[in-house]
Amino acid sequence: MATTQLNAVEQAKAKVGASRVQRQRILGAIGSHAVLVFATFIALFPCFWIVSASFKPKSEIDSSEISLFPKAPTLSNYSYTLFDNQNAIFWKWLLNSLIVAGLTAVLGVFLSATAAYAFSRFNFVGKKVGLMSFLVVQMFPLALLLLPIFNILNGLKLINTIPGLVLAYSTTAIPFCVWMMKGFFDTIPYELEEAAQIDGLGKLGTFWRIALPLSLPGISVVTFFSFMTAWNEFLLALVLMTGNENYTVSVGLRTFVDAYRANWGAYSAGATLVTIPVALLFLWAQRYLVSGLTSGGVKG
Amino acid sequence: MAQKQAVRRPVLATTGGLGKFWHDLINSRTAYLFLAPTLVVMGLLVVWPLVQGLYFAFTNVNQKNLGNKYIGDNYVAPSFKFVGLDNFFDADSGVLAFSSPFWGVLRQTLVWVGSNVILHFAIGLGLALILNRKIAGRSVYRVLLMIPWAVPSYISALSWSWIFNQNTGLINNSLRGVGLSGIPWSTDAVWATVAVITVNVWLGVPFYIVTMLGGMQSIPGDLYEASSIDGATTWQNFRFITLPMLQPVVLTATLLDVIWTFQNFNVIYLTTGGAPAGQTDILVTKSYQFFTQGRYSESAAYSVVMLLMLATFSIVYTRILRNPQEAK
Repeated sequence: MATTQLNAVEQAKAKVGASRVQRQRILGAIGSHAVLVFATFIALFPCFWIVSASFKPKSEIDSSEISLFPKAPTLSNYSYTLFDNQNAIFWKWLLNSLIVAGLTAVLGVFLSATAAYAFSRFNFVGKKVGLMSFLVVQMFPLALLLLPIFNILNGLKLINTIPGLVLAYSTTAIPFCVWMMKGFFDTIPYELEEAAQIDGLGKLGTFWRIALPLSLPGISVVTFFSFMTAWNEFLLALVLMTGNENYTVSVGLRTFVDAYRANWGAYSAGATLVTIPVALLFLWAQRYLVSGLTSGGVKG
Repeated sequence: MAQKQAVRRPVLATTGGLGKFWHDLINSRTAYLFLAPTLVVMGLLVVWPLVQGLYFAFTNVNQKNLGNKYIGDNYVAPSFKFVGLDNFFDADSGVLAFSSPFWGVLRQTLVWVGSNVILHFAIGLGLALILNRKIAGRSVYRVLLMIPWAVPSYISALSWSWIFNQNTGLINNSLRGVGLSGIPWSTDAVWATVAVITVNVWLGVPFYIVTMLGGMQSIPGDLYEASSIDGATTWQNFRFITLPMLQPVVLTATLLDVIWTFQNFNVIYLTTGGAPAGQTDILVTKSYQFFTQGRYSESAAYSVVMLLMLATFSIVYTRILRNPQEAK
């Protein structure tokens, strides 16, 4: 009799305990979702605001009344940005950005793959110092290099030209790319290349026919990274490209909203057009970027 | 590893010293061949500019005497000269002199870097901890929270500058809409600082979420199993397992963040442009401002000071945090 009573009490206690744990878990989940929803809202709102503004007529943009969605949606901002503004110069800016970023990616991959292969596969005098210096280079303030780069490109008559900007961008992208590519090469077993060399393939042939094809995932990440570096860059383009028709899209977009004649509608349309493709690319590639960052860093 | 080395370098020098050095150098020639293109480009556009930039800081170079340009077909040679430490310590023009704007800019830079890194870390860690739990829709949240990182930073900075605009911005329009007065975003130094820091916190949190989450997911699960057997609380798990195991990731992420934030030009230049009256300028934007004014030697001197600060910080930081026991 007494024992059954005791059991019942124990069971009841356990039940209360279990439901308390459960309640805590539910409360925890609600709290987590609340925080995440709030954070997501903050992360997305500015983007939403710009996309929404890109469809608003000028009267709505200039009005002090807040409207989340355009009341009278229009494509006039897009047609202004793409066609009417300075004889459709936006296309020229886009083309400049595309060429500059594309060439930077090609040059960046070529230079970082060869250098990273040397660091991954050979022992040579100055290897450690070389690898470290590629890391330290990232620490130099760009402002320190600004005038000398300007000066050197000026001497080479490359100011306000696409090759000049590509050269400048490659140097900012290469150090990081070398580290990432080295990480990728390190994961490929050296035995494959040894076998190829025994079969009579030279060092360059081994690099070109064995190592490069095997590191294709790494190459695509490095391509993407150098492309994005160039596409998103602002300061060097501002300094090195002095003619309106040679602007990249980053410098060009700012001309919509300089202090004297801010046209936020046209800016929003341009910003939306420029951002959507690269943002999608980025979301696809960022996981590889981070793993490249960590793997390259760990295996120094 | 030792075996591989033997395969790669079959001929090993027997004489040591200088003879061995030459031998190694000759054996390294294939490696140098692979490195050559990169070294040429980096040498031309990083090493040489760096040497030049450092030298400029000790000269009186400016827009008039820089030279190295063509007027018509005539080449104009540079005519600036070495002035020693005058750019740094001269009572009238030195950047480190007491009357120079340097000290105010330095204070603003420290506030800027400090508050950004602390907020990035705290918010990023918090969100990563939540995302590391098994909750519904985790991968959706994760992707959406990455978006500030995916947007080109110059676009984010410009867009926020509109939202914070004192006259036509969303925030002040909303405040006025509910009968409050607008916030002096561009005329009050403190509010302007709040605005730029907000923008950069928004931009920087995703990087921390990704790195912290990566770090947390590489912590072996049996550590938590063992601690739950010992009856550890959530807080104890966090304090004695998660944090210590995250330390290497945190160290790398914060070091990178300090370097990036210290040199972040886009956010300041495009959001406030240094307004009001240069009070939100940090060392980078000030250096750029001197550059555009043709005051090249001062610009270079600011950069040299920045380089020294970053180098000192990086060395001290890695030394102290890598060996916490030794530091004590």
